[in-house]
This record gives sequence, C-alpha cells and structure tokens, in this order.
Amino acid sequence: MAGDVKHDYHLVNPSPWPAVMSLAVLFLTVGAVFTMKSDATLFGMSGFGSYLFVGGFLGVLYTMFAWWKDVIKEGETGDHTPVVQIGLRYGMILFIASEVMFFVAWFWAFFSSALYPHLQFESLVAFWDVFQGEAQWPPAGIETFDPWHLPFMNTLILLLSGTTVTWAHHALVEGDREGAKKGLWLTVILGAFFSCVQAYEYSHAAFEFSGNIYGATFYMATGFHGFHVLVGTIFLAVCLGRVYKGHFKPDHHFGFEAAAWYWHFVDVVWIFLFFCIYIWGA
Amino acid sequence: MAHENPTGWRRWVYSTNHKDIGVMYLWFSFFAGMIGFAMSGLMRMELAEPGVQFLPEFLGITEDHARHMFNVLTTGHGLIMVFFMVMPALIGGFGNYFVPLMIGAPDMAFPRMNNVSFWLMPPAFILLLLSTVVDGTGSMDGFGGGWTAYAPLSTTGHPGPSMDLAIFSLHVAGASSIMGAINYITTIFNMRAPGMTLHKMPLFSWSILITAFLLVLSLPVLAGAITMLLTDRNFGTTFFDPSGGGDPILFQHLFWFFGHPEVYIMILPAFGIVSHIVSTFSRKPVFGYLGMAYAMAAIGFIGFVVWAHHMYTVGLDVDTKAYFVAATMVIAVPTGVKIFSWIATMWGGSIKYEVPMLYAIAFILLFTVGGVTGVVLSNAGADIVLHDTYYVVAHFHYVLSLGAVFAIFAGLYYWVGKMSGKQYPNFLANVQFWVTFIGVNLIFFPQHFLGLQGMPRRYVDYTDAHAYWNKISSYGYLVTLVGVLLFIVVMAITLFKKKKDCADNPWGEGATTLEWTLSSPPPFHQFNELPKIK
Repeated sequence: MAGDVKHDYHLVNPSPWPAVMSLAVLFLTVGAVFTMKSDATLFGMSGFGSYLFVGGFLGVLYTMFAWWKDVIKEGETGDHTPVVQIGLRYGMILFIASEVMFFVAWFWAFFSSALYPHLQFESLVAFWDVFQGEAQWPPAGIETFDPWHLPFMNTLILLLSGTTVTWAHHALVEGDREGAKKGLWLTVILGAFFSCVQAYEYSHAAFEFSGNIYGATFYMATGFHGFHVLVGTIFLAVCLGRVYKGHFKPDHHFGFEAAAWYWHFVDVVWIFLFFCIYIWGA
Repeated sequence: MAHENPTGWRRWVYSTNHKDIGVMYLWFSFFAGMIGFAMSGLMRMELAEPGVQFLPEFLGITEDHARHMFNVLTTGHGLIMVFFMVMPALIGGFGNYFVPLMIGAPDMAFPRMNNVSFWLMPPAFILLLLSTVVDGTGSMDGFGGGWTAYAPLSTTGHPGPSMDLAIFSLHVAGASSIMGAINYITTIFNMRAPGMTLHKMPLFSWSILITAFLLVLSLPVLAGAITMLLTDRNFGTTFFDPSGGGDPILFQHLFWFFGHPEVYIMILPAFGIVSHIVSTFSRKPVFGYLGMAYAMAAIGFIGFVVWAHHMYTVGLDVDTKAYFVAATMVIAVPTGVKIFSWIATMWGGSIKYEVPMLYAIAFILLFTVGGVTGVVLSNAGADIVLHDTYYVVAHFHYVLSLGAVFAIFAGLYYWVGKMSGKQYPNFLANVQFWVTFIGVNLIFFPQHFLGLQGMPRRYVDYTDAHAYWNKISSYGYLVTLVGVLLFIVVMAITLFKKKKDCADNPWGEGATTLEWTLSSPPPFHQFNELPKIK
C-alpha cells in the first residue's frame, strides 16, 4: 500500500517518544510538587520528590533530544517536501503566537500593578495611606535598576545578535557555509553573553523576588524571557552543529529559519521589557 | 516511503494515525466522564435533602470533612467535565477523526505531535486525581476552591500539595491542547484537498479551526495565571497578595480572559456537529452556510472581549460594567444567526427523526434556553442578585451539559457506524435519548427556580425553603443515571456486534461530506490519492 501514495504529505512512522514524554512529564510534575512541599506525603511516602523531579527532568530532556534527532533525520532524508515545509512554518508561527500570549499574562500583571498601584499594607496605619494618595509605582522603598546601564548594554547585545543571525541566514542562502558558521558562532556567543550579564544584574538587585509586587513582576517577566534566551541559544547552537555536519541547503533550511524566528521573537519581547519595565516602570 | 503499521499495544501507544488517536481520545473522555458523572451523583444525593447527611454516611467521614469534600467534588466535577471530558471528546476525539476525513487529507499535519497531545492527557488526569487524595487544607484532602481556583482560596486557603498538583494538571492539559490546536490549524490551512477552498469547507472543520485559534490565544494566559499561583504559593511572590502590593482580582481577570473563550471552545465544535446532522436529516444543505461559518468566527472574536461579565460583583466601576454588558449582549446576534439558520435548514426539509437528529433538535432547543438565561445574566444589575446562585448553575448546564454534551451524544450516534462499521440498535437508542432528555431537564430546570429563590451554588447545605426543587433535581439525576447506563448498554451492543453492518453512507443523500465516501470503518490510511473537489 505504501507504494500507492500519490501525495507529498509526511505520514510519520509510529514513534515511542510521545508515550515516553507522557511518563517523564508525570514524574517531573509530581516530583516538582513534592520537592516544593518536601514534608508532605503521598500515600504515606515523603522525601522522594527531588529524585522523581530530577528523573522526570532528565527523561523530558532525553525525549526531546531523541525526538528532534528523528525530526532532523527525516528532514535530511527527504520527508520534508515543500508542502510539509509550509506546514512546519505554520506550526512555528502558531507556536510563537502562543508564546506571545504567555508573555501577555506577565505584562498584564505588570501593567495592572504599575498603572493601578496598591499600597503594601503591613498594618492598618499603612492601609490608611491608600486614601492619602501615596500608592505609587515603583512601590515605596524599591530601588530599581538604571535602565541606561547594564539593561541598555543588553539591549544592544540582543539587537546585535539579531543582525548576526541574519548574516548567517544570508550566508546560508548564498551557499557560503563558512560565513554561516561565523554568523552563528557570534550569535550564540552574544546570546550566552546576554544571559551572563542578566545573571550578574540579578545578583546585584536592590529588591527581593519575594514579598513585593515589583520583584514578582520584574523577576517573573524578565526571568521567563531569560529562559527563552537560553532555549533560543541552544536552538541556534544545534543549528551551528548541523552546519558543521553538512546539513542545510540554500533552498531548504527551515530548522535554521525556525531558530532565527524564535530568536527575533525573544528579541522583540526584550524590547518591550526594556521600554515598559526598565524605562517606563522605573 | 516505507510506513510501518504496528499491531497490538504498539499500534495505540506509538500511534501516528489520526483515527486511532481520535478513538483513544473518545475512550479517555468516556472514562473521565464516568468519574465526573459519579462526582455529580454524590453531590446530588447530598443535596437531595437539607442538612449534611449523605456524604458523612456514604464516605464514613465527619460532618466538617464532608463539607470540604463537597467542595472538592464541585471542583473536581467542573475540572473533569471541562478539561477531561468535553474537550477531549469534541476536539481531540471528533476533531482528530473527522477533520482530516472532511477536508480530504491523509492524516494530520504533525502526526507524532498529535500523539503527544493525547498522551499528555493521562498524566494530567492522574495529577488531578492525585490532588484529591493528598493534603489540601486543614489536614483534609483535596482542593475545594472551585474550578476557577480564585485566589486567595487557591493560595493561602489551601496550603497543602493538593492545589500544586491541580495546577500542574492544568499546565499539562493546557500544553496538550495548545499542541493539538497548532496541529488543527496547520492541517486545515495546509492540507485541504485540491479544490476545497475555505469557503467550501464543511462547518465542523470551520468550528474546529476557530476553536483552535481560541485555544492558541487563550490557554497561554491561563498558563501564566496559574504559574503566578504556583510562585505565590511556593516562592513568596505576591501577585495576588495585597500585603505585598498584589491584587487577587488580577487572577480573576487573567482566569476569565482564558475562561470565557474556553466556554466557546467547548460549544463551537458542538455547533459544527449539529450543523452537519441537521443538514443530513433534513436532506438539505445548511441554510446560510457562509453566515454560519462567519457567525462562529464572530462569536470566537467577541468571546475575547467579554471576560469581565463573570466579575460583576468584584467592584468594577459602572462604565466598565456598561461596556461588558453591551459587548456580552452582542454575542446573542451571531448566536441567533446560528439558531435561526438551523431552523431554516429544517424548514421545508424532508426530516428523518433518527437518533442523532433527535439529539441535534434537543440541542437547539436546550441551548436556546441556556442562551436566553445567558442574556438575563449579562445584565450587570440582574447579575448582582443572581451571581453565584443556582440560576447560573442552571444557565451553564443548559449550554454545556444539555448543549455540548448533547452534541457529543449526537456526534457519537451520527458517526459510530462510520468509526466502527457497526450501527447502533435503533429502538434502544431512542429510549436512551428520551430517558436522558427527561432526566437532565428534571435536574436542571428546577435549578432556575432555586436560583431565583436565592440558593447559592457551591454549598453542601441549604434552608428548608429550597427543599422541594432540590428533591426534584436529585430525582432527575436518578433518571439521568438510567440514561447513562442505557448509553453504555447501547454502545456495548453496537461494538460487540460480530458483523459489520454499517453501509458506507447509512444516512442517504443528505450526508454529503467526504467521510461518507469512504468505507465504514475507513481504511487505515485514506486518500492516498487526494480527492478532487469541484
């Protein structure tokens, strides 16, 4: 029957990875709960949380590795016909759209707190201050970062990495593999540099993560962005490895394009973070 | 291109076949639905009479514990029916099985991701079930804060690990749905058969397309909101805690920005199924096909800008309320387009009252009842009185239980012959319909009266004044229980038949979509040569 197929769609072979992923996710989540609530019991047992969590986490990582290895193999052996590539494009665009909506939640929390600040009332006396009109953003006692110091440098780093990834893309399209390597190396290095600067900045913050709404919105929004930078850097590093392995053709390199789209998305989120939280919110 | 077709357990666990995955979704939905239905039975038995007596006796727990247990049951019932019964059946089940068939595609765009969408549902469900057997609050098990999980009941109100498990359950179910939604949109945009333009596409595919967009755009916001719950609970952030400058109302905004599209996510695929059935058994094309498609798009769009009508009692200012009243009422317009188009489809048609058609007509009738009470509730002034009463419970059960769930029954009877090759026993199925129809109306119609009397929802007990209609409602549950048991019997008789007795197209000339051109059941891989649409 397989010989009769008269269309270009990709009928994927059966695969164990979805079911393995399912099991790993169960371990990861149950493990995470009983790591956070380490003295709680499940069916009379306790103290197993962190083992389950690490096991589940490694399982998820391994499954993603094996799954995408299969995808790359299928792409390199001709399963990704032009029509399948269009489908992959739709998929990536929609995935990024869902990521945008995820960040909408964090920006919503930020703007709702920054535009309509509530006073932190520790006592009734402070609660009265609300009516004195002293609720403010940033909240009293919060010393924010100077946006034109490290945050501005990070903005330049990310914008520059957006140009280097475009350099790599143009090089790939023109069949200049050495240029693609250079552009990608620079992009990965700039991405890693951004993450280091962000970690340095966090370690010098004058406000806490917990106990105040400024720290909550700041760290969760920039933190999830930072996580996306890490993911994007890994995605680009994988593409770099694939260039070394001889993958990608001038007219067929959607894996690279998806990484570049993702990187630009991460870039745009940062621009919004920089202008809204770092400049306007300070 | 070699393609393996494994047998035995690997066929299902390793599946990359949209029909097998759709069937797994339907079975999953069935088992989850049975658990959710049993939970509602425990609640109805407790509410049969004033006082707290059934749960303590039945479960052997103290009266205080029973009060908490009742709240755990309402929460579990809501979450299970929304995320683990209706959505897997309508979107995962029928969507998977029939969207590729209807658009003339050999499979979904991402068959392997399709399978992880399904296989994330069991761990999500296990997480939710585990949450009912670990510490919730005050050394009592389970989360009892309602499916909406408002802070602070979901933060400081339930400090135990139960709520954390429920949060992760929603994370995992949400990831599953987002991947599923991406798959549907890509499939429908990229894999329609040659000649099938969007404006020729069957309405069920349209409904799944619009539903998928709602999922992609609304679920990530819920993911953000429950992540905030998670960090508030475990890492000391104060998103919803006023003592740290946060705001519990923020959670309600984020939740309902997801939650309102979510109710359309549940009803739009039902609209799609009903359109097919009404057209098939009236032997006429759907009246106003394009209007029907764009009415669904309009409902989906407006669904994103009406969320605060769930929050009239939180202290919104009057201008905000006025906006949300007006925007909410606007939804009645495209919804009216659909109701009247279904009626116009039947008008002058040669109607055959097969069981799917009975369910579809009941859907139109009962959904309209729920829609009309929805217009009542959309008034901020009226809602101040009716908010959190049984009037609301009656309203959303008329649109969902007697709407979405009736569409699931309708779809099952319409397509079970196509999926299994075996047709249901007609007489017993007719009995099943009438018993269920009478039963669910007995449950929910009296709840309008209870709500107007002022009986609040999510309470284990009530004053003697509410006893009469509560008794009737609980009797209604017993009738529905017979209906559900009959449903199991009907399906068992169907599936255990030795002989495949369903024709390729058992419904005649009214059934015009592509799935009826294939054998019953369809081949493992259909459309190896793509169909051409004129």
